[in-house]
Amino acid sequence: MSTAVAAVLLAAVVAYAVFGGADFGAGFWDLTAGGAERGARPRAVVEHSIGPVWEANHVWLIFIFVVLWTSFSEAYASITLTLFVPLMIAALGIVLRGASFAFRKAVVATWARRVFGAGFALSSVLVPYCMGAIMGGIASGRVPAGGRAGDPVGSWINPTSVVGGVLAVTAAAYLSAVYLVWDARRLDETDMAEYFRRRAVISAVVVAVTVAVGAVVLHADAGYLFDGLTSRALPVVILSIACGVAALLLLGRAAARGARALAVVAVATAVVSWGVAQWPYVLPESLTFTAAASSSGTLTAVLVAVALAVVVVLPGFVLLYVLDQRGLLPEEGVADAADRVADRPVGDGPAGGPDRTRLKESGT
Amino acid sequence: MIATVGTIAVFAAADPVPWARSQMAFTLMFHIILVPLGVSWTFMTLIANYRALRHDDRDALLLAQRWSKYMAVTFAVGAVTGTVLSFEFGLLWPRFMDQWGEAFGVPFAFEGLFFFTEAIFISIYIFGWRRLRPWAHFWTGVPIVLAGILGSVSVVAANAWMNAPTGFTTNSAGTVVAVDPVRVIFNDSMPLQAAHMVVAAYLVGGFLIASVYATAMLRGRTDRYHRLGFIIAFSVAAVATPIQMGVGDSLARWVYTNQPVKFAAIELVPTTASDVPETILGRLGEDGTVSGGIPIPGLASWLSDPSTGRATVVQGLDTVPADARPTVDQVNIVHLGWDVMVGLGTLLFLLAVWYGATWLFRRRMPASRWFLGAAAASGVLSVIAMEAGWIVTEVGRQPWIVYELMKVEDAVTANTGVWISFAAIVVLYVAVGVTTILVLRGMSRRFRRAGGFTDHDAPYAPGPPVQAPSEQEKVP
Repeated sequence: MSTAVAAVLLAAVVAYAVFGGADFGAGFWDLTAGGAERGARPRAVVEHSIGPVWEANHVWLIFIFVVLWTSFSEAYASITLTLFVPLMIAALGIVLRGASFAFRKAVVATWARRVFGAGFALSSVLVPYCMGAIMGGIASGRVPAGGRAGDPVGSWINPTSVVGGVLAVTAAAYLSAVYLVWDARRLDETDMAEYFRRRAVISAVVVAVTVAVGAVVLHADAGYLFDGLTSRALPVVILSIACGVAALLLLGRAAARGARALAVVAVATAVVSWGVAQWPYVLPESLTFTAAASSSGTLTAVLVAVALAVVVVLPGFVLLYVLDQRGLLPEEGVADAADRVADRPVGDGPAGGPDRTRLKESGT
Repeated sequence: MIATVGTIAVFAAADPVPWARSQMAFTLMFHIILVPLGVSWTFMTLIANYRALRHDDRDALLLAQRWSKYMAVTFAVGAVTGTVLSFEFGLLWPRFMDQWGEAFGVPFAFEGLFFFTEAIFISIYIFGWRRLRPWAHFWTGVPIVLAGILGSVSVVAANAWMNAPTGFTTNSAGTVVAVDPVRVIFNDSMPLQAAHMVVAAYLVGGFLIASVYATAMLRGRTDRYHRLGFIIAFSVAAVATPIQMGVGDSLARWVYTNQPVKFAAIELVPTTASDVPETILGRLGEDGTVSGGIPIPGLASWLSDPSTGRATVVQGLDTVPADARPTVDQVNIVHLGWDVMVGLGTLLFLLAVWYGATWLFRRRMPASRWFLGAAAASGVLSVIAMEAGWIVTEVGRQPWIVYELMKVEDAVTANTGVWISFAAIVVLYVAVGVTTILVLRGMSRRFRRAGGFTDHDAPYAPGPPVQAPSEQEKVP
């Protein structure tokens, strides 16, 4: 049963990387979009793209934590004790990012938008770096078992963590650029689609270089993981690389839709390959999933919650994405209250009149 | 002398217990202000939305749309401050999570489910105004209300488990070897604690929103739009308040029976006695005597069990060793928190009675400026009452993190740098809190100036370049 819960955990990490990761990547493009005027249009595409979905995507992270602390409590304790600093930075970054993103749209002054925009964009880079560094610390076996603290500094400032952090930032940026190509096309912004396509290609190359460098680093610094990647996880690794290359070729030929699917598979399989490579360990070479697993009552409860999620949450999640992709979630509230009334048979008056007059009219 | 101060400062910085405690308390007390808005505001918005659709009421429609825009801001801040808590369980209390995570954590598996549902449908509801069909859009709001209630029940179930840990077996070493998830979630403290929090969410949310409209009415904005905003929110709060008194009373009696030491702290009872007075204010001294305050003879005994009246025996603090009960300072904090919660709750109840009676006899809301002034203060007062209640529950449980099973000092992290993260979090949260209020005020002012919605006044909404209006919309 612990294997099933471990699979759920891995699936949640994949979902967070594919959905939440892209939102962080969008923050990266927000950061690099340039000054207030030059960057206005790409930023608008970014906001439009992640606005309705980022909160739901963000819940995957909470889900990961919950599965970890209920089902593999010992591993959770060891991780939080050892990696206190990057986790705390990530937590603060998440607050800064979510609040800034919400505030930015609620203010009008350019200076205020700039401040919140900077808060959002900088933390969008900081948080995935920390997450990648945390993964690097875990994967390279720097977190000891037994709810004990490992090296508080070396556990996240080390070669594998640097590779993990850079890979998380660049892969998120890459994935996000690929999504944004599609989103810009949907909005009939062909030049913006081209803008993000170029960035998708560049970031794909950067990811490829990071992976190549990473392979050398892992060979030297994270032996167990490297062995896993070149043996049990090899088919997954090959699939990931193949999808990545195919996506790059399609992007070169401006076929966004196929590229998007392939890019998602490439990133998802990359995460899966990490999980397979460090199997059967939750903390490589010191704690296996089986040894860390909670008693069967708890694992059953978690699996029941997951089954309920598949029945209750998944349709909602799909609905959210379908509505979003069909452009049915265009903006928050309405631009003008009269639009909605005008759609209705009993409605009266043209759209867009000043609101005060309507308030006076309505005396029911 | 300076060296001594320096040494104390170093030790204070190095001992993580007070800092971890402060950080947890600060982040929880911040987050709990956003909880009522997340749980009950959607319900009030749906009332306005329903009225708008059913009776073609455009004031109600405008209200619902604007509320959903404000909600987008408060929900985002609530979502991220809630996430911090899931980091902190491990970062601040790793030994607690290591030993008890498999039991304590179970309710969160279901909380995740509900939070997910909430996040999905709140996005659909907030962003779907323009393009979804009106009634379909209305129904996308209903799951948010249900998920909000069930989500807070799940979180409180975990907290209740800390007060009444059940549903697990341990071996001789104290390690959990088997868990009964149903007993963990439905622990003895859960039903009343969960009800108390959910009703509090509706009470505080209602008063908080009503207080904004009461302030506007005091400033002369007495049009129908503002009256409607006030009536919807205040009515919700006015219904919740008497229910809350009943639930709170039952919960206090549960504490009397099951957590006698916490109850002794609440009622300021140093030694076991019958005919215990209800002491209003007052404090416990280091010597174990109660000084000051206004004692009402026999009332605490009588309230604890009316069937035995003033003869009811209340267990004293000295029945357990000093290291198994709250310190004198903690007792005084708990007692003060209790007085504040009950006192403010009673005032809010009287306000609700005034409102209800005026409706009953005059078929309208009270018009007196005294009433509006009190209603304008009710938002802040209800938040203070809720915070005081949180203090009673949490400080009253000290020194235990898991009641009678694990002490806070045994649960804390070994990291000595917690004071740094605490300082960082205080700075960040104060900035976020102040900005949230400023942003909400700015939105409200812009709404008022523009009269209707403008393109730029909401979080996440696209800017003009991307909006790409359809041909139809371009025609005036």
